[in-house]
Amino acid sequence: MDKLKIQNRLAKDKAMKLVVCLLAALTAVPLFAILGEVFLRGYDQLSWTFFTEPTPTAYRVMKAIENGEPIPGGIVNGIVGTMIMLAMAVVAVPLGILCGAFLAENSKSRFAKFVSYLTDLLQGTPSVIIGIVVYIWVVVPMKGYSAIAGSVALIIMMLPLIIRSTEETLKILPASLKEAGLALGGNRARVMLKVQLPAAFGGIFTGVLLAISRVIGETAPLMFTALGCSFVRYAIDKPISAVPLLIWEFFNDPNLQELIWGASLFLLLFVLTLNLTAKYFAKKWNQ
Amino acid sequence: MNDKIYKVILFATALIIPTVCGGVIYALVTDAYQAFEHFGFFKFLTSSEWSYTEGAEQYGALPFITGTLMTTLLALIFCIPFSLPVALFVGEYFKGTRIAAILSTVTDLLAGIPSIIYGLWGFYTLRPIIMALNISPQGSGILTASLVLAIMIVPYAASLSAEFIKMVPNDLKEGAYSLGATRAEVIRKVVFPVAGSRIFSSYILAIGRALGETMTVTMLIGNTNSIPESITSTGNSMASIIANQFGEADDLKLSSLIAIGLILFLITAFINLIGKIMIKRARIA
Repeated sequence: MDKLKIQNRLAKDKAMKLVVCLLAALTAVPLFAILGEVFLRGYDQLSWTFFTEPTPTAYRVMKAIENGEPIPGGIVNGIVGTMIMLAMAVVAVPLGILCGAFLAENSKSRFAKFVSYLTDLLQGTPSVIIGIVVYIWVVVPMKGYSAIAGSVALIIMMLPLIIRSTEETLKILPASLKEAGLALGGNRARVMLKVQLPAAFGGIFTGVLLAISRVIGETAPLMFTALGCSFVRYAIDKPISAVPLLIWEFFNDPNLQELIWGASLFLLLFVLTLNLTAKYFAKKWNQ
Repeated sequence: MNDKIYKVILFATALIIPTVCGGVIYALVTDAYQAFEHFGFFKFLTSSEWSYTEGAEQYGALPFITGTLMTTLLALIFCIPFSLPVALFVGEYFKGTRIAAILSTVTDLLAGIPSIIYGLWGFYTLRPIIMALNISPQGSGILTASLVLAIMIVPYAASLSAEFIKMVPNDLKEGAYSLGATRAEVIRKVVFPVAGSRIFSSYILAIGRALGETMTVTMLIGNTNSIPESITSTGNSMASIIANQFGEADDLKLSSLIAIGLILFLITAFINLIGKIMIKRARIA
C-alpha cells in the first residue's frame, strides 16, 4: 500500500518535470517559426539594389507587374531615415546617464524616489501614446511631420531604459571604489567621471544597446511623428521614413507586398544582432 | 568642477523626467478635454457608438475598452501555461545550467522581435491556420490577436518569475527534501507559496505590456468599431483604433482619440503601479 503511494508520488514528480520541459521547449517554437518564415520569404529579396534604391513609385510597380518582372526598388529611404532619427536620439544617452547617476547618488532622497517612480511610469507607457503626445508637442506647433518629431519620440522611449541600466549598474558597484576615489582627494564629479562611470561602462553600454534595439523596431510612435517619405531625404524638419514605417506601408499596399519580407528580414537581423551583442557585453562585463 | 556645480547639473537632468511626465499628462488632458466636454466623461466611457456622420458625430470608448480588456485577458490566459514552465525550467529545474541560459536567450530574443514583425507572422501564418480550422471565417479577430500577444508577453512574465523562483531560499527547499518530499511537491508546497505573490506580480506587469501593444493588435484584430460579441469576432483595441484613425482625424474625432489615449495611459499606469507595489510588498524572508 505504502509502496504504491510512493510510486504514485514519484510518477507525479516525473510527469511534472516532463510537462515543464515539454512546455518550456514549445516556447522556443514561435522564435524559430518567425525567424524561419522571415528568412525563407525574405532572403531572395536582399540584393544590392534593395539597399541602394528607395521605395518604388506606383508607376514603376505597375510597369513591373505588367511585364511580369519582380517589384523594383528598395528600402534605402527607410534606412537613411532610421539612421538620421537614431543619430539625433543619441542625446538620450548622456541625459539618461546623468539622470541615472543622480538616482544612484541620492537613492535615499524623496525627490529621487519620485523621479524613480516616474521613470517606471514612462517606461510602462504604451509607445502609441508617446506618439500622440509628441504629435501634440512637436508636430502641431511645427505645422508638419518631421524627423525631429520622430527622434523626440525615440528619445522619450530610450530615456527610461538608459536611466534604469545606469542607476542599477552604479548601485551594484562596491562602495569602496567610490570611497577610495574620494579618499585620494577627487571631488564627487571627478570620482563619478573617472572611477564610477568607467567601472560601470559594461552595464551602461548594454543598456544603451538594448534601448536602441528596442526603439529601432518601433512603428506606432513614428506613424504620427515622422509619417514616412518615399524618397531619400536628409532634411530634419520634413517628413522622413523609417524601416518599420516602410514595412507598415508595404503591408497596406497590395502592390508592394513582395517587399515586406526583405525589409522585415533586414530589421529582424539588425535588432537581434544588437540584442545578442548587448547580451554578450553583459556577460563579459559580469565576469 | 566642484561638488556644487556637479550636484546642480545632476539635479537639472533629473528634472527632465518629471517634466516629460507632466507634459504627457498635460498634453493628453488638454487635448482630450473637448471630447469629454462634448459627450460627458461617463457618457464617453460607456457609449458604444462610433460614427462620423457629419453633424451628428458620436464617439464612445466602450467598444475599444472592451476590445483591449478581452485581448489582454485572453493573452494572459494563453501565456500562463508556457511562461510558468519556462520560469520553473530556468529558475528551478535547470537553475544555473547551460541549457537554462540557452532557453533564457531564446526568450530574450522573442522579447526583442519588433511588434510589427509579430503582426506580419500572425497575419501570414497564424491567420490562415485559424481560417483552415474553421474557427472564424475571416481569420482575424480578438482570438488571433490574443494568441500572438500571448507569445509576445511570455518572455516578460517568464524572465521575471524565474528571478523570483531563483530567490526562494535553499534551506527552505532542503528542509522539505529532508522530509522526503519530491521535487514536484517542493515546487507546489514551498516554491509557489514563498514566491507566489511575486510571481503573480510579474503577470500583472506582463498585463501592463499587453494593454498598450499596438501594431500586432492593429494588424490582427480585424478593425471593427463595435463591441465584440465573442472571442472569435473582430473588434478594435484602444491602441489599434488610435493607430488606425489618428492619422486622418481632426477636431472632435482627434480629441476623442486622444481621450482614448488618456484612458489607456491611466489604465496602464494603474496596472504597472499595482505590479510594482506588489513586488515591493512581497519581500522574501
